[in-house]
Amino acid sequence: MTTPPLQINSLNVSYHSKLVLWDVGVSIQPGRTTAIVGPNGAGKSTLLKAALGLIPASSGDISFYGGPLRKCRSRVAYVPQRESVDWDFPVNARDVVAMGLYRRIGWCLPVRSIHRRMADEALADVGMADFACRQISQLSGGQQQRVFLARALAQKADLYLMDEPFASVDAATEQAILAVLERIKNAGGTVVCVHHDLETVAQYFDDAVLLNMRIVAQGPVIDVMTPENLRKTYGARLALVDELETNLSSSIPARK
Amino acid sequence: MAYPTLENVLRILTLQDHNTRIVLAGACAFGVAAGLVGAFLLLRKRSLLGDTLGHATLPGVAIGFLIAYGTGIDPRSFLPLALGATLTSVAGIAALLLIRRFSTIKDDAALAIVLSVFFGFGVALLSAIQQLPGGFASGLEHLIYGSAATMSSTDTSFVLVSSLCIAVICIALFKEFSLLCFDEPYARSSGWPATALDLLLMSLVVWTTVVGIQTVGILLVVALLVIPPASARFWCDGMGAMATVSALCGGLSCLFGVFLSALFPKWPTGALIVLSAGAIFAAGLVFGPTRGILIRSIRTRREELKLRRDHMLRAVFECAENSSESVPLSQLLTKRPWSRRHVTSEIARLADRGLLTFSLSNDSVQLTTTGLSEARRLVRNHRLWELYLIQHAEIAPAHVDRDADRIEHVLSLRIVEELEDILDQRPHDRLVPRDPEKSHL
Repeated sequence: MTTPPLQINSLNVSYHSKLVLWDVGVSIQPGRTTAIVGPNGAGKSTLLKAALGLIPASSGDISFYGGPLRKCRSRVAYVPQRESVDWDFPVNARDVVAMGLYRRIGWCLPVRSIHRRMADEALADVGMADFACRQISQLSGGQQQRVFLARALAQKADLYLMDEPFASVDAATEQAILAVLERIKNAGGTVVCVHHDLETVAQYFDDAVLLNMRIVAQGPVIDVMTPENLRKTYGARLALVDELETNLSSSIPARK
Repeated sequence: MAYPTLENVLRILTLQDHNTRIVLAGACAFGVAAGLVGAFLLLRKRSLLGDTLGHATLPGVAIGFLIAYGTGIDPRSFLPLALGATLTSVAGIAALLLIRRFSTIKDDAALAIVLSVFFGFGVALLSAIQQLPGGFASGLEHLIYGSAATMSSTDTSFVLVSSLCIAVICIALFKEFSLLCFDEPYARSSGWPATALDLLLMSLVVWTTVVGIQTVGILLVVALLVIPPASARFWCDGMGAMATVSALCGGLSCLFGVFLSALFPKWPTGALIVLSAGAIFAAGLVFGPTRGILIRSIRTRREELKLRRDHMLRAVFECAENSSESVPLSQLLTKRPWSRRHVTSEIARLADRGLLTFSLSNDSVQLTTTGLSEARRLVRNHRLWELYLIQHAEIAPAHVDRDADRIEHVLSLRIVEELEDILDQRPHDRLVPRDPEKSHL
């Protein structure tokens, strides 16, 4: 079996002595798209951030392609939540995408025209070619999300970790993101998305990880997204689960 | 107050004094360096930290003075003071980090605590110095309020070399600092040593602060770190342009300030420099071409006019939709709470643009072909958006953009078609006008 792009073993993370992730073990399969699903406050974003070393883990073992992250930084691209930055920053869309190339450009060297061209290509991949020179403050929420995605694409990574890319975006952006996921997969890449919308998990992703501080289930969506598992993840919010049950049973066979 | 004579003014402006030349070079170099560092400090949202560091240099200056006094060096020479200042502002940062790490106090409170405690300590030390024999204390007062005029050529070379180093580092690490300011987690995730970069940026701020003590003084040095970049935001959009304009504003503020203080030697240089910076800021606030008050109010006004035009076109269209194509003015007046004057002036404007015609004989208006197609587009967009808000209330508010040229640019075709179907089933008075681009097919 090939080494998984991301393997997490018994990861524990706590904020101010409150345990947020509890003995989490996840194995991400190469060449597939995986959704991390769970209720608010389940630690979905925390899982990504801890994997990337952005927040300290109390204990646990994380490996990317069988080694530590610093050995394969260029193979891993991160798409943070859109709300995590100040969009009033004085840069345009192309400048932000070019940030994905900074590592390749290296210390102290400026962004040259070849990099700007690469940034434009990445923007075109998310359907934003016409917005390269637009100030980021003047983009809509969905467009900002696509700029973030383009920045990760410019990195030409193998594994993409995305934090809620589908959160409150318009239909055009949703289509653009889905097309990108498809393209990454066709090129042999792997995608992990924190995802909030239970209804679309089965439509958009191959695998799912159900998380609520601990791992409830993981594997192909068809096996994971069962009413039983969802009840274990979402607890008492049964109305939601029951409603989904009917939706899921109709949507999954239709796709296969 | 004595006004400078014309001869004096000429002599200063033409830089005939060796002293004026030195002071000017030092002050401008500092202004440029401060403007560059300040651009990053502002975008990193750490302006208050700059202020705290400035105040934290005071005890250091006093300690440097005392040590120099004790060891027999001229206590007014700048280097021991600069060393002391660096030491205590670094101690200030350390205190901040300790408070942040070992308590749950919020950052703004921590900054206020460090600022006031360090400054209080400095003031206490100063009063001790004033009691020393020798009357050196007046030299220290210069450092609090800034006195570029007393800069010696050694001091100036320190300021020049430091400013050059600071500027070179800022330019070399331009993209690294920009990334750190914009998106620190991403910088970290892609392998940049964000903590080290952050520390380097803060060290540059400390260095700039120390360099600025002689020129603008401890209390006001933060002004040159914050005001020039804030002014630059009114003039330009890009990061590179902003840093350049910010450096320029910093340099110009110092230039004006030094000239003014050469003309009025009794006024503290620091205050004059900061007032110049303030004047530049005010000019940007009003006249700035990207974010100035004037340009913004012009834009708002333009949008108001467009909205009024759109409302009127829609009103005419909606009246005409149900009856003959010519709409009497009286009917328009009932559509919205409009005054007759408003309606007639708006109609005159629309007629000027060839969107409708007005007939005096029966006091009524009629849309022209262009007017009709424009109005149809507006009404269609408006009604579809309205319906979208009702049908998809849970996600709609994030997407509604009534100004979008066409709803299809924002929503997918599938949703638009679905909305059109719903509208079609409604009573005839709420029909969606056909898409003008499809109508000729």
